[in-house]
Amino acid sequence: MMQLTSEEQAMRDGHRGEAVRRAIEMQIKVGEFFGASRFVPVTNVHMMGDIEVMGDVGLRFLRETRSDGARCVRPTTTNARCVDFAHAAQLRQDAGEVAKEREVIGCLRDMNVATVDTCINYQTVYQPHLGEHIAWGDTGTVIYANSVFGARSNFESGPAAFAAALTGRTPAYGFHLDEHRRGTLLVEVDAQLNDVADWGALGKLVGEANQDYFAVPVFTRVDRTPTADELKHLGCSLASYGSMAMYHMIGVTPEAPTIDRALGGARSVPTMRVTDADIESVYRRYPTGDGTASVVVFSGPQLSLLELKTLARLFAGRSVHPNVRVFITTNHAILADARRLGYAQTLEAAGATILEGVCFYILQRLTEIRRENGWVNLISNSAKIVNTITAHRFRTILRRTEECVEIAVRGRLA
Amino acid sequence: MNADLIRVERAFGPVVEGEAVVSKEGFSPRYDLDRTTGVISKVGHALEGVQLRDKILIVPTAKGGVAAGWAFLDIKDKGLAPKALVFGKTNPVMVQGAVFADMTITEGWSPDALAMIRSGDTVRVDPAAKTIVVLKRKT
Repeated sequence: MMQLTSEEQAMRDGHRGEAVRRAIEMQIKVGEFFGASRFVPVTNVHMMGDIEVMGDVGLRFLRETRSDGARCVRPTTTNARCVDFAHAAQLRQDAGEVAKEREVIGCLRDMNVATVDTCINYQTVYQPHLGEHIAWGDTGTVIYANSVFGARSNFESGPAAFAAALTGRTPAYGFHLDEHRRGTLLVEVDAQLNDVADWGALGKLVGEANQDYFAVPVFTRVDRTPTADELKHLGCSLASYGSMAMYHMIGVTPEAPTIDRALGGARSVPTMRVTDADIESVYRRYPTGDGTASVVVFSGPQLSLLELKTLARLFAGRSVHPNVRVFITTNHAILADARRLGYAQTLEAAGATILEGVCFYILQRLTEIRRENGWVNLISNSAKIVNTITAHRFRTILRRTEECVEIAVRGRLA
Repeated sequence: MNADLIRVERAFGPVVEGEAVVSKEGFSPRYDLDRTTGVISKVGHALEGVQLRDKILIVPTAKGGVAAGWAFLDIKDKGLAPKALVFGKTNPVMVQGAVFADMTITEGWSPDALAMIRSGDTVRVDPAAKTIVVLKRKT
């Protein structure tokens, strides 16, 4: 049973309205499932809420919650969504669903949510500090917060994060507790990781082989300082393939100054080694069909300004093959800056489409859009997206960033 | 030991009975499921083409994403939801999604449900008792 403070009990008794009562009731049930004994206050909430994933019933839930006068009591931001309104018609998304997406945004804003529509809030909106308890969703945001910042969050799905925003707290289980933050697996990195796709491939190898939310890999022997974008791709991939929410990297992440500290006193844990040959084998394993490229996607997670700058350099003065579509996704803030700096214009001049506030794999009506366009092979430098998009029946292929650009220009894989 | 009884470690939701769909591959409603039909649509998934509506899905692991949080209520609202999700290891998103949708979910098993239950068997999941019972074997 969870111990409730008088404030929490009052919420449970409905003193702050029906929406808050439902929210804390749900949180108590989840907490009890995981054996939580109490709540922890959170300072920041990041939630997924878009019409593609929540459906009509989710929109009805938001309307009801708003009618009840509910307001988020912590700074709350939104994850990437399923519609970029400027491109919805061109992509042939459903006008009805697009209108519902606008209503979702309106409901959330009315309840004190900042709709920033990004899955890289940790690069652009809020950077929590060591030990800070937060309630974030999109798994990529959670693993970055736990691992790189040393903040504390579980995977919080849309309704769970929203509940935390209404109550200002979350059940204390999982990665809020010291005992789950210790490394459970050593990974000796004996590979050159020169591209974000290589880091994603590393995440795939470790994640797929150790699927467990409570597995915490500890990376050792990383021979140089990785960049924020590289850690982002590693984390997103571990979360996607392994359902993992935290990793340590010795000498890099804040809770891992030494292997001993990262393991928290555990004497022996399983060890795996990842070599250059292992990374190469990841790339080789993707079937490529007839070798033509349909879509080349830079998304999942949204691109940082520096990733856009790199892509602009690679695409400058070149043209995407007429049989290929190139999609790049980022958030509103980064796109504004990329326009100011000219990166966006360079990419668009080459024939790329930049979508804002969305992630490619969650686009509304994507299965039908794929079918209508006859898209088969999807090439990306994101290990996450080649995994997450598969329900839409793409044939997905992971390639390094420069190779993705070459494929987009050439129209073929090789 | 009763060969038709499995104990689970953690559980939530109402008692349900139904036909088991068993897979050795993990599950995500985002990656694997066509949420407009309730059919597993990921190319090459061990359950590709299988309808999950009203089934009791028994899988070793949860995959990835936060989508399940909304998705379970959505597919339940569309009449496409499984009756229960039985995981060897799950993640909080699956639990949050199941609680939000008032759908039965369990985690952990002894003995191994993947060895004990075959697709087509009829099973009862009792979260309060933390048990799964095989009621009828597929003939």
